[in-house]
Amino acid sequence: MNALRGVMSYTGRNRSLLVGTLLLLALVLFVVIGRMFVDTEDARALSAPSLRSPSWDYPFGTDRQGRDLLAVMVAGTPLTLRIGFIAGFLGVGIGSVLAFTAGFYRGMTDTIIRSVADIGLTVPGLLVLILIAVSVKSSLTVNEMALIVASLAWLYPTRTIRAQVLTLRERGYVELAAMSGMGGLEIIFLELMPSLLPYLAATLVSSVSAAILASIGLEVLGLGPMDSPTLGMTLYWVNFNAAMINGWWWWWVPPIVIIVTVFLGLFFVTIGLDEIANPRLRTST
Amino acid sequence: MQAAYIARRFGVFLLIVWLAATLNFFLPKISGQDPVRTKLLQQAALGGAVQSGMEEMVKEYNTRFGLDRPLIAQYGSYLYDTAHLDFNYSIANYPRTVRELIVEALPWTVGLLATTTLLSFTIGTLLGALLAWPRSPRWLRTLMPPLWALHAIPFFLFGLILIYLFAFQVQWLPMFGGYSPGAVQGFTWKFVSDVAMHSILPALSIILVSVGGWALAMRGMMVTTMGEDYVVFAEAKGLRSTTVFLRYCVRNAILPQTTALALALGQILSGAVLVEVIFGFPGIGALLYQAIQENDQFLIQGIVFTVIVALGLATLVLDIVYPWLDPRISYRKVS
Repeated sequence: MNALRGVMSYTGRNRSLLVGTLLLLALVLFVVIGRMFVDTEDARALSAPSLRSPSWDYPFGTDRQGRDLLAVMVAGTPLTLRIGFIAGFLGVGIGSVLAFTAGFYRGMTDTIIRSVADIGLTVPGLLVLILIAVSVKSSLTVNEMALIVASLAWLYPTRTIRAQVLTLRERGYVELAAMSGMGGLEIIFLELMPSLLPYLAATLVSSVSAAILASIGLEVLGLGPMDSPTLGMTLYWVNFNAAMINGWWWWWVPPIVIIVTVFLGLFFVTIGLDEIANPRLRTST
Repeated sequence: MQAAYIARRFGVFLLIVWLAATLNFFLPKISGQDPVRTKLLQQAALGGAVQSGMEEMVKEYNTRFGLDRPLIAQYGSYLYDTAHLDFNYSIANYPRTVRELIVEALPWTVGLLATTTLLSFTIGTLLGALLAWPRSPRWLRTLMPPLWALHAIPFFLFGLILIYLFAFQVQWLPMFGGYSPGAVQGFTWKFVSDVAMHSILPALSIILVSVGGWALAMRGMMVTTMGEDYVVFAEAKGLRSTTVFLRYCVRNAILPQTTALALALGQILSGAVLVEVIFGFPGIGALLYQAIQENDQFLIQGIVFTVIVALGLATLVLDIVYPWLDPRISYRKVS
């Protein structure tokens, strides 16, 4: 109970974390409540009359291919988030392993890992992802999509976490641990990892956000999972059918509102977590 | 020292070029597609032709395109072609070559990107510096939260909103294309102003979104710099406020911003590709979209290669200019 009150009073001071969490919670609620009332099967094409503006029967209207757009949003939001989370977790996971190996053991491995990450980061990620997506297969599933995005998602975490490890390993308590005979892995998991946890969490959230951005980018270009109602695919159809010019506003307003909410939520959570990871930021608001 | 630094940076650039070409060559091979057979089957299905003799045709074409040679030989000639910027014909726009199409689209993208990046970097950096400066007007601070929030949104999404507001609702600006249909291209006042009108919305959607990021980073750097002893000393000497601001604070705080610029170019470009797609702006991004729609492998590969090389070149230039901005860097070997 006391701990809960502590959390409450901290989030009261850490506004960004609070706002971000609330935004993301709102989305989760939308999906959970939506699932109770809406049949996600209606997110398939031809399950409703086409191009109806919002009405009692179809609160979000329907698109040109006859998808119930409320069902599309309810079914698609978790799919987009799933791509982001799979790719984000893989990215930070692989990135951490590489970063700890490079930053802690140094030497030749460090040179190689650092150079690869540095060079990889200057290359425009979306274009390489496009090349991969085009070469791999013509139609992708949501999970394959996540793997493609993950193939570059480790670059940024590797670089930034490595920098953190480099500063940490020079600290007195790490040296002390080494002198008292702890092995490399023990130091990494028992000494370095715990103090980096908030930082890793912030990196994870921003990686998820970057992965969602990349996946939506691929989808808008027409390289996404064609038969899945993800948010990016909805935007692809919006663009494909020129819904903007034709004045079918109900088709593009919901996906844009949801995507903006996702990005704003993740952005504020990252800032909030940064504040925890780097207490010096707390005074300079 | 200087020469060694430039040589090392140039080496990295060559490495990037080689990697891009290698990626282009091997990625399609991994998927195990047989381009000749696929294309022939497609055409046979379209024309309803007899399928006998198909195998001989596949063999004949494979020999002609050198696809029956060992992989390493194919790779060698691919590298040779790529080094000569020969990306083959565009499959969807035959007989036009990939190079022609890219050369046509490139100025649009370079123009859009150069203008927007320069503007957003300058405005954002200046805004961030002013935000950290205690003597700047108060109302500036109210600008920050909206710019901050915008910064979290992808360019093209904001572009869609701009299209709706300014091109659909009030119809002040054109919503699609790089120039009016039927316009005569050339360096006439009419055409240039037409292009400018068409570029406003795509440019705004990149600038307004990215300004917040630059401002945020610059503000952080300024706060740190303003705490430095030399700034306190400059103020104690009674130097003019503008001198302290520009020469002592901004001059030093801007250094990490330039490094960040080199790193951000790739991201800005990825975002701009999508902006071009939704605005139908006739640059590399729209060409790429078209190539993906028509499954034009050679065109896609050519574009990806060109963009990676162009961006590597831009980073190279920034990195070479950097020691001139920050004299410490050239004497320091990267640790």
